[in-house]
Amino acid sequence: MEKSTKDIIQEFETKEYEYGFVSDIETDTIARGLSEDVVRLISEKKGEPEWMLERRLKAYRHWLTLEHPKWAHLDIPEIDFQDIIYYAAPKQKPKLNSMDEVDPELKRTFDKLGIPLEEQMALAGVAVDAVMDSVSVKTTFRDTLAEKGIIFCSISEAIKEYPELIKKYLGSVVPYTDNFYAALNAAVFSDGSFCYIPKGVRCPMELSTYFRINAEGTGQFERTLIVADEGAYVSYLEGCTAPRRDENQLHAAVVEIVVEKDADVKYSTVQNWYPGDKEGKGGIYNFVTKRGICREGGHLSWTQVETGSAITWKYPSCVLQGDNSSGEFYSVAMTNNYQQADTGTKMIHIGKNTRSRIVSKGISAGRSQNAYRGLVRVAKGADNARNYSQCDSLLIGDKCGAHTFPVVDCFNPTAVLEHEATTSKISEDQLFYCNQRGLSTEDAVGLIVNGYAREVLAKLPMEFAVEAQKLLSLSLEGSVG
Amino acid sequence: MLKVENLHASVGDKEILKGINLEVKAGEVHAIMGPNGSGKSTLASVLAGNEKFTVTAGKVEFEGENLLEYNIEERSRKGIFLGFQYPVEIPGVTMANFMKLAVNEQRKAKGLEPLTAAEYLKLMREKSAIVELDAKLTQRAVNEGFSGGEKKKNEIFQMAMLNPKLAILDETDSGLDIDALRIVATGVTRLKTPENATVVITHYQRLLDYIVPDYVHVLYKGRIIYTGDKSLALKLEKEGYDWLINDYKEE
Repeated sequence: MEKSTKDIIQEFETKEYEYGFVSDIETDTIARGLSEDVVRLISEKKGEPEWMLERRLKAYRHWLTLEHPKWAHLDIPEIDFQDIIYYAAPKQKPKLNSMDEVDPELKRTFDKLGIPLEEQMALAGVAVDAVMDSVSVKTTFRDTLAEKGIIFCSISEAIKEYPELIKKYLGSVVPYTDNFYAALNAAVFSDGSFCYIPKGVRCPMELSTYFRINAEGTGQFERTLIVADEGAYVSYLEGCTAPRRDENQLHAAVVEIVVEKDADVKYSTVQNWYPGDKEGKGGIYNFVTKRGICREGGHLSWTQVETGSAITWKYPSCVLQGDNSSGEFYSVAMTNNYQQADTGTKMIHIGKNTRSRIVSKGISAGRSQNAYRGLVRVAKGADNARNYSQCDSLLIGDKCGAHTFPVVDCFNPTAVLEHEATTSKISEDQLFYCNQRGLSTEDAVGLIVNGYAREVLAKLPMEFAVEAQKLLSLSLEGSVG
Repeated sequence: MLKVENLHASVGDKEILKGINLEVKAGEVHAIMGPNGSGKSTLASVLAGNEKFTVTAGKVEFEGENLLEYNIEERSRKGIFLGFQYPVEIPGVTMANFMKLAVNEQRKAKGLEPLTAAEYLKLMREKSAIVELDAKLTQRAVNEGFSGGEKKKNEIFQMAMLNPKLAILDETDSGLDIDALRIVATGVTRLKTPENATVVITHYQRLLDYIVPDYVHVLYKGRIIYTGDKSLALKLEKEGYDWLINDYKEE
């Protein structure tokens, strides 16, 4: 018998609680501040085993000894870590009855991005058919994945269900000792995703649509772990082109990727957190640690489109440990108004015949500051390592800044390293040319910027590339003329 | 179609156009000649609406409307096309994509639906044949790595795609070898109809062997100082400008 609409909506509502959060309203947030007790409380609320708590505490104690990093080319207001709430169950968003009740501004943005209506509804929290669809879509996905032995669940669930995998891999690529925010994240991470692809399995779908619908309710301190076992393949997509506002100003996520022998992982991100207003007030601080390790013959590719956040601090990196492994980093980072970004990558060549490729495209507009920071390191034993780096900056207007900090540490004479860099401006002549053919200045800037970023956008999964293109144009609104 | 009266324009403090009078009717071809620095390219830019120049006095009427009220893209959508002397490069944007946006903007202004992919491809094939433009060029980034000749052919290709009422061609012949010149000029001639008009800015008479003008104007120090027919161009080629401009040199 078919379920009634009411049943399905009810099922969906209770599902949110199944995310691993408590349902008791009185206890769904805890007091501000961070202490050992708070760490214990988080672990307890999530019903974690003792070993997990121990790990969190160890990380917390280490964090206490650290100071906030100052090396980035960023102007970071002092953050009061005692003024943050470290645990909050996702709030039940009030359900809207139809698309007419959605904030017209949000609706306009959705339309401009070309997000399908059903997804718009899901993202805006409209309680109609779209929700039913997404429930059924999720179920279909889960069945297909399970058939192949692929595990894809929340990290909280994984800690309980797959403790052996978590013990083996969590913190193995980004240990809590790695940096200030990695330590903080290891102590207080709220939730995140876990993905395991067994030996020799090609994940039959891009883990994207699934994730997008699920993207609501991911926390402030997100933790992601992806493990591709020998010869496995997965394309994973994080984030959402739709603008995301969040009450939490500080976001410190950690993403770890383990690429076992001959495995292949493609990780794509579109980051569009609230960047603050035109005067630079508000906006998310986004301090992310992302790193993957490649064993023999493994391949890891990072693609990122960064348009959001007031401050971005992010360096998706590849540790090319195994012989013949390879890593790639394709990035478009766009800043407007008073946004600041310090982003880039590290390619650490350890194994022999390792190859890496870096293509970074920075776009600065308004009064923003945009820095590329990269490290290419060739260890002593990394015979015949190869790196190609290309790092371009595009300036729009004359009040923004573009900076590059490329570092090369080479300890092996057989390495071949190439670096190319350009800085350019959108010229009056280009705009005049486009205008003369009938394009508005806004469309012209969008076109030129997308042309500039084309090489990177081409690496994104198809439907996402189209949205990312529109996103770039949209994020530039008001930056010219 | 186009009526320019006492047009003055400057860049910064410098006045470049000092009272241009020009009338172009549908079906006509006008050539504007004159020594370097006389203001020919400025006139083209000002008519297209380039904001680098300030119009300080005068009137420009296009199809009965005050053209100066409109910005660059609005003028384009009303049917004014400028063939650039130095076409700019737009890396990463294919010619096909660029023109598709442009064609559809023009259609939108006319209240027409955007072309379907198939219709567009057909249009592109048809129009690129007019200037013998290699189809591969439309798949390359706008003007990027184009030879001088290809860039100019590409301008005429765009003109063919957009089908303007008034085309202003700014030294479209400069830097062309004889074959390319013939192709470009023949292209322009084939696009001529009784409903549209062309203004060609040129230094050389040879272009006018292919594009036969109804009027030839000599622009000097920001003014049209002499207007004649096709034979004027031949005379200028032989005798230079001295006989015309001597009277003005003292100014």
